[in-house]
Amino acid sequence: MIENVKELLKAHEGLKHEVYLDLENSSVVPKEVIDAMMPYYNQRAYGNPTLTHKPGWEAFETIMESTQKTATFLGCKSLEEINFTPGETEANNLALMGTAFSMKDKGKKIVISEVEPINVLHVTELLQKYGFKTAKIPVDKEGFINLEKLGEAIDKETVLVSLSAVNHEIGTVQPIKEAVEIVKDKNAGTIFHTDASDAYGKISFNVKNLGVDLATISSYKILGPRGIGALYVREGINVERILEGQIGTQKLWPGIENTPLIVGFVKASELAFQNFENNVSRMQRLRDRLLDGIFERVSDVRLNGSKGGKRVPDNASVSFLKCEGEALTIELSLTGVYVSSGSACTRRILQPSHVLVALGRNFEEAHGSILMKVTRYHTEEDIDYVIDVIPSAVERIRGITGSTGVE
Amino acid sequence: MSRMPLPYNPKVLELFRNPKNLGKMEDATIVAVAGNPACGDMITFYLKISDQDIIEKASFESYGCAANIATASIVTEMIKGMKLEDAWNITWKSVAEAVGGLPSIKFHCGILAVGALKRAIRAYYRNKGLFPNWLPGELSFEEKQALEEEELARILSKRMRTEE
Repeated sequence: MIENVKELLKAHEGLKHEVYLDLENSSVVPKEVIDAMMPYYNQRAYGNPTLTHKPGWEAFETIMESTQKTATFLGCKSLEEINFTPGETEANNLALMGTAFSMKDKGKKIVISEVEPINVLHVTELLQKYGFKTAKIPVDKEGFINLEKLGEAIDKETVLVSLSAVNHEIGTVQPIKEAVEIVKDKNAGTIFHTDASDAYGKISFNVKNLGVDLATISSYKILGPRGIGALYVREGINVERILEGQIGTQKLWPGIENTPLIVGFVKASELAFQNFENNVSRMQRLRDRLLDGIFERVSDVRLNGSKGGKRVPDNASVSFLKCEGEALTIELSLTGVYVSSGSACTRRILQPSHVLVALGRNFEEAHGSILMKVTRYHTEEDIDYVIDVIPSAVERIRGITGSTGVE
Repeated sequence: MSRMPLPYNPKVLELFRNPKNLGKMEDATIVAVAGNPACGDMITFYLKISDQDIIEKASFESYGCAANIATASIVTEMIKGMKLEDAWNITWKSVAEAVGGLPSIKFHCGILAVGALKRAIRAYYRNKGLFPNWLPGELSFEEKQALEEEELARILSKRMRTEE
C-alpha cells in the first residue's frame, strides 16, 4: 500500500503550480500561526496549567488569555462559557451527548436537519441506541432549513436542537436567529446547539445576538492547526462530560491542555478577525472569480447551495454532469489542484453525499460534485490556474464517460 | 459514510491516465452495460465478434472512479483475440490481479466489469439463438452482483423520489 502511495506521489513530480482548495477536509497553516505556536512547545508555558510552578502558571496565564480572546470573538459573557476540545468532532459529540445525558429525564427527542455534518448525524444515531429519537428537518433546493417544519417538530419532549449555522458542504447560511426564536417559543427548555465551524471567522457570528445555548467552533476551518476546537456553553446550561480523567482548566474535557494548539487557534482567530471585512470581501472576490470562470468555460455545471448573500464567502460547491467526481479529483490532483468530491466512490458505501441528496439533487449531480473553498491567502493567479485546468480535466473524464449512463 | 484512503497502484493510475480501447465502437456486434449512474458506477462494453466466436475488437466507456476505468480498460485488453468460451472464464479476481490489485472497497469495480463482459457474451448467443453447452444457465457471481448493485440503485432512486 505504501509503495503505491509513493508511486502516486511520484506521478505528481514536476508540478509548476499547486493550489489547495480542500479546506473542508484539512487546512494549510499559515506561517504566522506556526510561528506563534512554536515557543509554547519548549520555550515558555510548556507546563501543566494546574500545577504550582512557573511553567504551569505561564500555561495557565496563556490559556486564560486565549480563552478571553475567544470569548470576545464569539460574543460570550464570561470565560467560563468557553471549553477547548480536541476539534469540532469532539465539540459536537460533547454538545449532543453531554446535553442528552444531562436532559435524559426531561425528554428523549433530538431535532437536527438533513444536512448536518457526519459528526452530528452519527452521534444522534448512537444516541438512538440509548432511547433517544431523532427528527430530521428537511431543507429546500438551496439547503435552507424548513422553519415551519422545525416549529412543528418541537414538542415538550424535545431536549435538544442542533443545526449548523453554515452548511459545511454547500455553504448555505442558515437563519439561526429565527430558528432559535421558533424553538424557544415552542419549548423554552429545549437546548439549542449550532455547529458554527463554517461560520466563525467567515460571517458575522455572535452567540449572544443569535441566542444559541451551545456553539461549536473549529481551528482548522479558520486556518489554525488541526486537533483543537471549542464548545461555547451558555452560562446556566448543564452539559455533562462524556469523557472522564484529570480535570484541569477545561471543565468539560479532561486531560492535559494542549497549550500550543490553543495558542495557534487563537492566533488564527486574530488573523481572521483583524481586517475581517477585507478578508471576507477578498474571499468572496476570489470565490466569485472561480465560479464565474468555471461557469463560463464548462457546460452542464450546477451550483450547489445558495447564490448571493446567503452563501458563506469561501464556499464553491459545483456539480459537473456526466463526470464522476472521484475520477475528477485524481485528474485535478495530477495538475496540482486539490479538491474533494461528494461522490460515492470516495466513500465506503455506494451512496453519495447526504447533503446533496437532501437538496433533491439527482445522483448524477451528487456523484459529479466538487467541493472547493478559498482562503484569503489564495491569489488571483491561483484561481486563474484552477480555471485553466478544470475545463480540460472535466473534458477528459467526460470523454471516458462517453454515452454511458444516457437513458 | 466513512472514507478510506485509496492508494491506487501504478497500473491503475496508468490505465486511468491513458486508458486503452476507450470509446464507442460503431460496428460493434454486441453492446453490454452494467451498473447504474445512481451508484456512480457504470460500464459499457462494445465487442466486435467474428463468425468463429472470437473477440476481434473490444472497447469501453465508463462513468466511474479510477478503479472502474482501469478495470474496464484492462478487460478489453485481456479479451482481445480471445474465444468467447475463454473470455467467459475470466473472473473478477483475475481482473483485479491484472490491474495490480485493488483496494478492497473497489473490488466491486472489477466485479462490475466482468459482469458486463458476461452479459455481453450471453447477449451475443441469445441474439444468435444459440446456447453453447459451456454457457451455464444460472447467472455467474459477477452477473448477480451487477444485478444487486442495479437493484440498490433503483431502491435509492425510488426512495429519493418518494422523499421529494
